[in-house]
Amino acid sequence: MTVTSQEELAAAIRDTSGPLRIQGGGTRPYGRPVIGEVLSTAGLSGVTLYDPGALTIVVKTGTPVAEVEETLAKSGQRLAFEPMDHRALLRTDGTPTIGGVVAGNISGPRRIAVGACRDFLLGVTFVDGSGTLIKNGGRVMKNVTGYDLVKLMCGSHGTLGVMTEVALKVLPIAATEATLALRGLDPTTAIKAMAAALGSPFDVTGVAHDGDETLFRLEGFADSVAYRTGKLSALLAPFGTAKAVADSAARWQDIRDAKALSTAPGDIWRISVRPSEAAALVTAIGATDTLFDWGGGLVWAAVPPGTDVRRHMTGGHATLIRGTSDGPHFHPEPAPVAAITQGLRDRFDPRGILNPGLMT
Amino acid sequence: MQMPEPSARIIGLKSQLVERFRAVLPADAVISDLAETRAYECDGLAAYKCPPLLAVLPASTQEVSEVLKICHEMGVPVVPRGSGTSLAGGAMPTADSVILGVARLNQVLETSYEDRLIRVQSGRTNLSVTGAVEANGFFYAPDPSSQLACAIAGNIAMNSGGAHCLKYGVTTNNLMGVTMVMMDGTVTEIGGGHLDAGGLDLLGVICGSEGQLGVVTEATLRILAKPEGARPILMGFDSAEVAGQCVSDIIKAGVLPVAIEYMDKLCIEVCEAHAQAGYPLCEALLIVEVEGSPAEIDEQLALIKDIANRHNPVELREARDADEAGRIWLGRKSAFGAMGQVNDYMCLDGTVPVSKLPEVLRRIGELSRAYGLDVGNVFHAGDGNMHPLILYNANKPGDLETCEALGADILKLCVDVGGCLTGEHGVGIEKRDLMRVQYSPEDLEAQMRIKDIFDPNWLLNPAKVFPLDASAPRRDAA
Ligand SMILES: Cc1cc2nc3c(=O)[nH]c(=O)nc-3n(C[C@H](O)[C@H](O)[C@H](O)COP(=O)(O)OP(=O)(O)OC[C@H]3O[C@@H](n4cnc5c(N)ncnc54)[C@H](O)[C@@H]3O)c2cc1C
Repeated sequence: MTVTSQEELAAAIRDTSGPLRIQGGGTRPYGRPVIGEVLSTAGLSGVTLYDPGALTIVVKTGTPVAEVEETLAKSGQRLAFEPMDHRALLRTDGTPTIGGVVAGNISGPRRIAVGACRDFLLGVTFVDGSGTLIKNGGRVMKNVTGYDLVKLMCGSHGTLGVMTEVALKVLPIAATEATLALRGLDPTTAIKAMAAALGSPFDVTGVAHDGDETLFRLEGFADSVAYRTGKLSALLAPFGTAKAVADSAARWQDIRDAKALSTAPGDIWRISVRPSEAAALVTAIGATDTLFDWGGGLVWAAVPPGTDVRRHMTGGHATLIRGTSDGPHFHPEPAPVAAITQGLRDRFDPRGILNPGLMT
Repeated sequence: MQMPEPSARIIGLKSQLVERFRAVLPADAVISDLAETRAYECDGLAAYKCPPLLAVLPASTQEVSEVLKICHEMGVPVVPRGSGTSLAGGAMPTADSVILGVARLNQVLETSYEDRLIRVQSGRTNLSVTGAVEANGFFYAPDPSSQLACAIAGNIAMNSGGAHCLKYGVTTNNLMGVTMVMMDGTVTEIGGGHLDAGGLDLLGVICGSEGQLGVVTEATLRILAKPEGARPILMGFDSAEVAGQCVSDIIKAGVLPVAIEYMDKLCIEVCEAHAQAGYPLCEALLIVEVEGSPAEIDEQLALIKDIANRHNPVELREARDADEAGRIWLGRKSAFGAMGQVNDYMCLDGTVPVSKLPEVLRRIGELSRAYGLDVGNVFHAGDGNMHPLILYNANKPGDLETCEALGADILKLCVDVGGCLTGEHGVGIEKRDLMRVQYSPEDLEAQMRIKDIFDPNWLLNPAKVFPLDASAPRRDAA
């Protein structure tokens, strides 16, 4: 099923008995597989409004991410939360859409410094499971008018409603970037080094450890980057000699896309934890390949098929991104939270037709 | 301001409630004497007052849970309260409600510099959160002007902002988790020491829900390393349009100041008389602050000065030392207080797209003349969050009503140009009945559904946020 307007979408949802599999570019097929008719947002495409002086863009959800990024780049701006491209890791093709990014709250390395997709989402328009068109938020940077359904929709994976349009805050592209690397640290020490950098005033906008190298990104005006590179090297001296890497942008793109794990065998998990718990967790789950981003707060782990990493966790959450499992793909919630989640689903999608079961 | 008729049944339960509360709380935590409940009759929106039936001051999550269980069982409305500085009437009680104050929940539970977080009880004041970590070079970023008094609980409920949110975001961007007690007494943990939600982003919904979904007793907050330094620059312009254009140009140029504050002539005059900060008496003044090392600050300020100079400023003054920086901020920080000394005023809080600032300022001027009341403008220009101050005379019959009518027209204007009714103060009772200007009946219904799930009997802060007639069927059914 394809639609070309939000009115058409609302009518289609009212008229169907479902279930529906909501699809943007189809490049991020994780979560429990949904059996249902495909409802594509590809026909809802285009930039509705772009106001560089207000750091805001409003786009229809089927718009390719690349098109949004090109539009922004012409005015020297970007999606600062650096959305990941899942195609290499999940071996998919297709064209990632902005709706898919928002539906998954997809954020990359810069999340640690500037916030996640949810922090940049200013407004949403969506059609709920009853076919009602609903708006929330707007296109301004500060808005506390009524409840924040914008955050609720961000990361709801198409289970509460089908988004038709989103308003996003954007930021200027930094004039320059530089990356420092330390070599040969074990995960525990790497996380300590990353914490030292994040606890410094030098505005690091990326901190990752790929098992071999620990990387630190600095962005901004040239003189400022040069100054902070010097300061950060000195700060990191107890951990070794930090060397500048030649291909900073490419390195961070690989980290963003968890490329190192794309050829790893086994199941792939995405784990959000306290950085101080990350190193021990990786050992406990018997990870065969790992990538630490966000200073250790985000762990990408390859494990033998069938391992449920959550048995070893005391806090945070983990999602199975690649692999098959009979267990839950999304992190099970404690009873009171699960009850609220279920209540919300029952209200926004009373017939249970929007990506049913995906987030379980 | 219309409020629902208080329930005689509930008022009749007073002595029974006192008895039950005393069984679960220390005696001094149950306040029933009219002389003492008066202390809770209003918040920062002091034009509206009503003492609650009772006030309770629990000191633990467990005690909060016990109180809520009792109120749930007896069908008694509860109004959560932090420090009572809300400017929207969010913490204003009704005669048939129990005020649940969290002021005694003020402990720091954990600090972790490795994980860059602090876990506090929710009654702790905003500034004292930074106070707990600043010796280690850290701070908690959201900094409402009321930060000496306001509590984290209120900040979370209102999703409060501050002068530095252009760079650091508002409360929701700095909140990692909460412990929240549901109306039936169930204790829930949402979020925690990690980033982002594993399932639906309930934390995002709780933040800004104005005390209507649950009582927050603990919060995990993100803390950040303090910048090496900060320095403001002051610039004056001979028209609001030009100042607005300058803001837009600074943002487009790729500099990201931590704050861009705006003041118009009326505010400049009042502040000068009060604080003698040495401001130029021009039509529009901007204070722009940037952060970093001394050299980085120089680099950013040079860029900003370049842009400003293209707009023929009547004054361009860079702080050379901490003393001068202090003087530049002095007037701005005392603006509200200064205004309060010369006149009664109502403070609005609409947000508009930054590119619409010049147009909106012009039209506010037209409305001000049409209504015959002066309006001063002092606000966070970088993110378009305006604070028009409408001056009126509280002792002159009809003046408050004229002021409210003008306020409503200004807020409608904000929505018309693509903005919203409130950027950081919240809806409370103040903007409750204007919600339809911004939202359709379906949009409001979707929001009320959320409350149905968290608080099916509509007992938590019931007569707020939604237009009274919109929420009536739900409140009456409960
Ligand atoms: C001089 C002055 C300057 C101000 N400056 C700013 C500013 O710069 N930026 C800004 O955003 N605001 C500002 N405010 C508004 C106000 O300070 C904020 O809204 C603040 O967050 C309120 O905190 P509080 O603890 O006083 O909350 P209260 O006024 O006690 O309550 C506010 C809301 O929170 C709810 N609530 C309280 N405790 C809980 C709890 N435990 N669980 C759930 N809900 C709860 C209440 O029911 C109410 O709806 C200012 C106010 C004043 C008086």
